[in-house]
Amino acid sequence: MPASVPVDGLLSVAWLVIALPLAGAALLLLGGRRTDRWGHLLATGTVVAAFVLAVASTLQLSGRPGHAASIDLFTFIRTGGLDVSAGLLIDPLSAVFMLLITGVGALIHVYSIGYMAHDSGRRRFFAYLNLFVAAMLLLVLGNSYVALYVGWEGVGLASYLLIAFWYTRPAAATAAKKAFLMNRIGDVGLALAIFLMFAQLGTTSYAGVFGEVGLLAGGTVTAIGLLLLLGACGKSGQFPLQAWLPDAMEGPTPVSALIHAATMVTAGVYLIARSAPVYDETPTARTVVLAVGAVTLLIGAIVGCAYDDIKKVLAYSTVSQIGYMFLAVGLGPVGYAAGIAHLLTHGFFKAGLFLGAGSVMHAMDDQVDMRRFGGLAKRLPVTFVTFGLGYLALIGFPFLSGYWTKDAIIEAALDRGGWSGWVLGGVAVLGAGLTAFYMTRLMLMTFFGKARWTPGVHPHESPPSMTAPMVVLAVGSVAAGFLLVQVFPLAEWLEPVFGEPAEAAHVVAPAVVGIVVTAVMTVGVLAAWLFVGRREVPTTAPVRVSPVVTAARRALYADTVNEALVMRPGIWLTRALVWLDNRGVDGVVNGAAAALGGSSSRLGRAQTGFVRSYALGMLGGAVLVAGALVAVTTA
Amino acid sequence: MTDVPWLLLMIAVPAVGAAVVAGLPAAREALARPLALAVSLLVLLLAVLATVAFDTGGDRFQLTTAVAWIPDFGVDFALGVDGIALSMLLLIGVLVPVVVGASWHETPPPRPGRGPRSMRAFWAWLLLLESLMVGVFAATDVFLFYVFFEAMLVPMYFLIGSFGGENRQYAAVKFFLYSLLGGLVMLASVIGLYVVSNSQLGEGTFAFDALRQLEIDPGVQKLLFLGFFVAFAIKAPLVPFHTWLPDAGTQAPIGASVLLVGVLDKVGTFGFLRYCLPLFPDAARDLAPWVLVLAVVGVLYAALVAIGQDDMKRLVSYTSIAHFGFIALGIFAFTTEAATGAVLYMVNHGIATGLLFVVVGMVIARSGSRRISDHGGLAARAPLLAGVFLLAGLASLALPGTNSFVSEFLVLIGSFPERPVHTVLATLGIVLAALYVLLMYQRVMHGPARGVLAEPDAEPDAGAAPEPADPPHGGGGATAVLAAPAPARTRRVPDLSRREVAVVSPLVALILLLGVYPQPLIDLVTPAVEATISDVGADPGGNTPQVGVTPIEEDD
Repeated sequence: MPASVPVDGLLSVAWLVIALPLAGAALLLLGGRRTDRWGHLLATGTVVAAFVLAVASTLQLSGRPGHAASIDLFTFIRTGGLDVSAGLLIDPLSAVFMLLITGVGALIHVYSIGYMAHDSGRRRFFAYLNLFVAAMLLLVLGNSYVALYVGWEGVGLASYLLIAFWYTRPAAATAAKKAFLMNRIGDVGLALAIFLMFAQLGTTSYAGVFGEVGLLAGGTVTAIGLLLLLGACGKSGQFPLQAWLPDAMEGPTPVSALIHAATMVTAGVYLIARSAPVYDETPTARTVVLAVGAVTLLIGAIVGCAYDDIKKVLAYSTVSQIGYMFLAVGLGPVGYAAGIAHLLTHGFFKAGLFLGAGSVMHAMDDQVDMRRFGGLAKRLPVTFVTFGLGYLALIGFPFLSGYWTKDAIIEAALDRGGWSGWVLGGVAVLGAGLTAFYMTRLMLMTFFGKARWTPGVHPHESPPSMTAPMVVLAVGSVAAGFLLVQVFPLAEWLEPVFGEPAEAAHVVAPAVVGIVVTAVMTVGVLAAWLFVGRREVPTTAPVRVSPVVTAARRALYADTVNEALVMRPGIWLTRALVWLDNRGVDGVVNGAAAALGGSSSRLGRAQTGFVRSYALGMLGGAVLVAGALVAVTTA
Repeated sequence: MTDVPWLLLMIAVPAVGAAVVAGLPAAREALARPLALAVSLLVLLLAVLATVAFDTGGDRFQLTTAVAWIPDFGVDFALGVDGIALSMLLLIGVLVPVVVGASWHETPPPRPGRGPRSMRAFWAWLLLLESLMVGVFAATDVFLFYVFFEAMLVPMYFLIGSFGGENRQYAAVKFFLYSLLGGLVMLASVIGLYVVSNSQLGEGTFAFDALRQLEIDPGVQKLLFLGFFVAFAIKAPLVPFHTWLPDAGTQAPIGASVLLVGVLDKVGTFGFLRYCLPLFPDAARDLAPWVLVLAVVGVLYAALVAIGQDDMKRLVSYTSIAHFGFIALGIFAFTTEAATGAVLYMVNHGIATGLLFVVVGMVIARSGSRRISDHGGLAARAPLLAGVFLLAGLASLALPGTNSFVSEFLVLIGSFPERPVHTVLATLGIVLAALYVLLMYQRVMHGPARGVLAEPDAEPDAGAAPEPADPPHGGGGATAVLAAPAPARTRRVPDLSRREVAVVSPLVALILLLGVYPQPLIDLVTPAVEATISDVGADPGGNTPQVGVTPIEEDD
């Protein structure tokens, strides 16, 4: 863990990385209308400055022994046996996230300048976006589970505010509430994990917990691992807490790109990777992580095939891709670096895809139904090319980003060996085929074929402030995988955190894996062309479809199950308790009161009479006291 | 500075202020309001000075004053504070000026056949209440405590019964009946304590420090404990002693609701810490499992009932009952961390729920209705009001970054090592808290404009609105009836006025400050908490896990 080398230079002011966007948010919210004209520029400036500072700190970090710096800022809570300091831990893992958050965050701030130019709530939007960046940075830079938890709920708040940004729409308001609530269910798990660590180890700092977690009983570590996983599932939209993420698309599209694709929803992956020393001690919890990842990657991919809403397809794609990341980190030491690498490349291409989708919506008067798109390639050339590169990167087209990082996960899953290795590897390959299918379907319905536009729509390319970030992200979509796997291997950079990766004996040769995955991907692309590309796309969804399609369209009945098992019984219970409280508990009391002093309504009227009786009561009491005192003192 | 009788001043200043306000001639009635504000600010200043004079590393009780009062029975007018009591005095000091500001335009309800009551009475009762609240926390003589405890009911009774909502008298009577019952049971225990002290020490006493030294027979302890406990469990209502609070909290004028839930109810949890634990440690330990069940049931039950409410003030009252469950859990877990959390909770809940009541009052002042279903889309009309409403709600659901997170976190993490099952169940309450806060916020603030707020503005001004005037203010009072007013009227929905900004600002600032940097407050209360935990026979050193203590390998 972090060396005790004193922190100097830029690292000693690393807290500014968090403080700058936070100050921006505070200034915009408190400054009111005075900041309307330039607030968005200030907000963007703070994130760009944070990015510069992040790059500089990371460079300085690589010169330090252990590549880590732990910085205690002030005492947050200290009483009894609890001592929580507000502190930062900058190590290779958090540095990677710091760069991702500030980098993609800065690009999306720039994009939003154009996207939100005509929105009356622009200042509020940029304030919330800054708040998000600050909270997310605290989440990854904190040096204890408590600091992480503070950031964890902070990003939940920012997510709530931004999903509900257009709050006059009931759907947006409801989606925001749903997201916050499902996240809070996960937060219970995270909170209980922290309580358990404190009870067993007396500390919540990473250094303290990781140093002694090996001394705990196996069952305790497994419990901690599973509780952390519950938190991770809530934040990352993993089964069984996945249903909030697609609804979160009610927020403005830059929000979907930054929060609900590139950064916040990957916090669960960060949590598990950060807690590697815990999961190293508990194969049971790791197996559950694997299962969650595998199940979710399939759910996301299957549902993604059936939706017609471009943002919801991308949202389910995100659910599915994070499933890959969970699968990777669930594999343990062989998978941590692969999971983080996929998280980074996914951050590039999925953010790019969402920005592209936003550009399409911008052109189509906020239409999201792909059945009303078609033939947009010529009208939106920059969007088409950048989106297309993101698409190729996502489906794992050879030598683009997704190819490198997804294949690494599939290889690692197969290398697990035994039947579980084959099952997990098989699921991952199948998922790759489904990914190719739904993304090709999306491409074909949006950019190719005949125009099926709503009358009166005149598509036009977006302004440069929007296309420039798309271009940057497209470059990342193409090159990031190669760079992170081949040129500057991420696995080596992360070695101080995860240890040296063991050279696994390959069950299937990597070249074979590459060929098989590419073949399956091709099948997916061809299938999409056969089903969608060759035919005319109807402008309304066909009604007579197979039960499989119906199930996929209804998101595999996730909401139905939640409603039947939780919501309806909850509403019933609430109503019953309200009735009980009014009629039962209070009724008994009122009845007793009526029996003692006449009907309650008479009591109500006879206010003065009541005061008299109270005075009498006081007098009676005083006599009682006096009598007792006299009796005692004379005894 | 330590020999200034700070506590006596804090009791005397508002009491004198109350007398002056009450004695104002009718022609000078307008002076009552500014006088009340000045007096309450003076008390705040005194509370701050008293805190400066207080030495956190010093004796358990400081700033003491003692005058023999009824020497025949060993009753002293004895005052003194530990860190816990002092933090409550600071809370009073902050909340009363806020309440004065929030009640600035309070109007008395109409009385059929007679003219409306004079507002002089309102301000006088308010100041008298402040004086008595200070007394109840500052008393170190159990009999004196009892006198303040009972006397405190009178001003609150009149604030609710004379200045409350449409059902005020029923609510006031119910409040009184419950408190009376609790007070009488406690009185029996107070006398019991005197009897025991008389037989053990040779002369009866009510002095807390002397009573703490008594060795009371466990059976007697249980009886005396129960007498105090019932009074306190009614005051800081634990389910099932709670049904008076939703009525009182709903019918009271907003200012009184704030003080009722923010301070008055804390006398109950304060009483647990000051009297139930140190005086009857064996009984407290024996009965703790039962109290903890009540606490956890309260957390979940009251939150669920809150979710089902349509009346905003009633909803906030139920959330407070859930919060008192958390406080009781923290107190009866008998660990320093949890009890520190409970004390912080008492302060933070006063600030956060105080703010929530104040902003709910501001919403009601604009719409004329307490019903959630009469509202909708208010955020678009009054964004600043919506922002403060949301912050108060977030503090109520204990979001990190707000003060309440620190206290709820301490209560739960401190209780977990001792009482894991109770803590796990109580932790589920954080989901319910999110539900009741966000449901109310969404229905009132989000969505399209609805209910009375959907009516068109009387004067559709084009952006360049002047400083918004104060809205017509009914508080929780007479104009805020449960039925929506006739739809024929048109209504302006102004955002926060300057007065309203001034009222909410201190609370907003404290929520954020104590959320980010709570350690000074923790340092203030920890010594008193440790003393209390020692009194009850538990280890005040806090959680000491065994894993870290065992050496990993032997070197020899």
